[in-house]
Amino acid sequence: MPLHTKKKHRQYLYQGDPLAAPPPPELAAILDRHRDQPDAMITVLEEIQAHYGYLPQRQLQYTARELGFPLSRVYGVATFYNLFHFTAPGRYMVRVCRGTACHVNGSQKIIDALEKNLGIHQDESTLDGLFSLQTVACMGACSLAPVLVVNDHTYGRMTIESSVNEVENLKKENAVNGEEVTA
Amino acid sequence: MSTLIRVGTSTCGLAAGADQTLAALERQVERRQLDVRIQRTGCLGACHREPLVEVLSNGNSVLYGPITPERVALLLDQHFGMGERGFSRDWLVSQKTDKSDYPFLGRQFKITTQLCGIIDPNSLDDYLAHGGYQAFRAAIQHTPEEIIQIVKDSHLRGRGGAGFPTGMKWEITRKSKGTQKFIICNADEGDPGAFMDRTMIEGDPHRVLEGMLMGAYAMGASKGYIYVRAEYPLAVKALREAIKQAAAYGVTGKNILGSGMNFEFVIKEGAGAFVCGEETALMRSIEGKRGMPTMRPPYPSEHGLWGFPTSINNVETFASVPSILLNGPTWFANIGTAKSGGTKAFALTGTIKKSGLVEVPIGMTLREMIFEIGGGVKSGREFKAVQLGGPSGGCLPFALIDTHIDYEDLKATGAIMGSGGMVSVDDTTCMVDFARFFLTFTQEESCGKCVPCRIGTRKLLNLLTKISRGRATEHDLGKLESLCETVRLGSLCGLGQTAPNPALTTLRYFKDEYLAHVLDHKCPAGVCEMNSSQHEPELTMAMA
Repeated sequence: MPLHTKKKHRQYLYQGDPLAAPPPPELAAILDRHRDQPDAMITVLEEIQAHYGYLPQRQLQYTARELGFPLSRVYGVATFYNLFHFTAPGRYMVRVCRGTACHVNGSQKIIDALEKNLGIHQDESTLDGLFSLQTVACMGACSLAPVLVVNDHTYGRMTIESSVNEVENLKKENAVNGEEVTA
Repeated sequence: MSTLIRVGTSTCGLAAGADQTLAALERQVERRQLDVRIQRTGCLGACHREPLVEVLSNGNSVLYGPITPERVALLLDQHFGMGERGFSRDWLVSQKTDKSDYPFLGRQFKITTQLCGIIDPNSLDDYLAHGGYQAFRAAIQHTPEEIIQIVKDSHLRGRGGAGFPTGMKWEITRKSKGTQKFIICNADEGDPGAFMDRTMIEGDPHRVLEGMLMGAYAMGASKGYIYVRAEYPLAVKALREAIKQAAAYGVTGKNILGSGMNFEFVIKEGAGAFVCGEETALMRSIEGKRGMPTMRPPYPSEHGLWGFPTSINNVETFASVPSILLNGPTWFANIGTAKSGGTKAFALTGTIKKSGLVEVPIGMTLREMIFEIGGGVKSGREFKAVQLGGPSGGCLPFALIDTHIDYEDLKATGAIMGSGGMVSVDDTTCMVDFARFFLTFTQEESCGKCVPCRIGTRKLLNLLTKISRGRATEHDLGKLESLCETVRLGSLCGLGQTAPNPALTTLRYFKDEYLAHVLDHKCPAGVCEMNSSQHEPELTMAMA
């Protein structure tokens, strides 16, 4: 076999095990805390998501290998619960509450308005990576319905205008920050 | 005597801007050099007037709200007799310590929430000063059997919705054989429209821990799990802090207070699955698996977490226990009705004037609740229905407004007591759309394990969509009803068994609205878009 073909073949056969390297230190710290705890799967996933903002595929593969679970079991748990995401969220996670109290006070119209303003649907992120739009079953702040949550801040008694304003303000804030950085 | 100012900083207070109010208050007090101590507390329940500020001096309390940062200076001027300029009487909520001049608060009877909004939730000393852990200290002087008898005599029933007598549950768990026993506190408040557990944990976390400790003592459990929603970050924080304090105080660990009892708390954050409110699913979730329910029997009391006897109780159930022991079971039993003792907390929301957390004796009528405590429907619209128990509950019309709020009475109407969500609805809500809203939720949250629930809820949703688009026939209404029965009888767990309730009750009490959609192709409330092409794929599936 000519040399160049052989080389190519070898490359094709072995590209290196992506998991051959040990897990990155931040992930190892999370996993080490929960070794030999058969009930810790959900906690581990929550901590991974808290660190990365979502559940990256590679980290889940590490989790399965390091904790000794089949990968299917890890994904089985991760896909079951609403909390977990598999794609990177935007800088601002905009969540509209869809609880009963919010529904009767018009939260659907707020979602429609935000979808229109941001140009995305539910569970999507804008292309510039700024906003993600989600709905949430209930935030437990029903007496302030309708409720909008941006990252960890809860806004109560929203209207269509005030919700759109809030998003517009964030956009402006970022435009200003962006200019400062480039200047 | 110095003055104490309390600011409610629960999730609801913070959403209304309590942090800014607090900061403004600190600045103004500093500037005026007032002898004032400012305290962060939980939620007093009057969420419609958030941010709430309570000023206590000389044994007198005045409650103000809503107090935005710009109102703080005016309020201090008025309260400390430095002029009333700019102050509005509308900001005054109550001037009496017992709040009897404000019906929303005065008509309530608080047991589980008695210290919410009164104490600093992050301070163990505050809780101890209000009689904290006295009940637990008293409990370990009794034998476990005596505690169970006391709880039985109090007629306390599970506050999670089903209403199983708590004393009986504890007795079964006590009698079950196992090398280890577990106690679980269900704080996975998944019902949209309910926030009782959140308020209780955020406002007074130690009360829940104390109730759990007493339950653990009665049953001989050595480990207590608190399964709390991750959507409630403040509640999780409050619990973590409280558990740390309890350990330092010596009510967890080995040989607690010399009673020979060993116990530890573990917090498990739920990851957002409504079905995990079901006890068997909740246990699977604690075990780190998918939260899918399993067949009962065997009941968790005999074969629960990892196969050990386990008792699962609601936050509110545990929060009731300390008061029962301190005041005696007959006191508690006399508050409620003949069959169920004590009080029940409700999250009163929707299109209502005064929304918030309300705790009332069991047996009060819906009319008192909505029109006297809640102040009626907001902006002068017409009251149409009240929805109880979230997606598992039902809608009751005005004709049933005099129904007593009790497990049996509500069940007879087709609704349920539920965990305590109470949403009032005015004439701008279409009942078909409302039922569809709940079915959308249960269909999404169905775990998919059993067929009647997985496929049945989807079919129900399709039928309701078809009706709300004005494309259904009268025949479809009959189909809807029979399918509801199938799902109710055939489903494995509580989620599926109760999922048809919103559709069944609206069909029973608001049939005219369904008929208007079907026969006249009109939505009386003007909510549903007739002949809209939205959700067309679903529709074709339903017709197939």
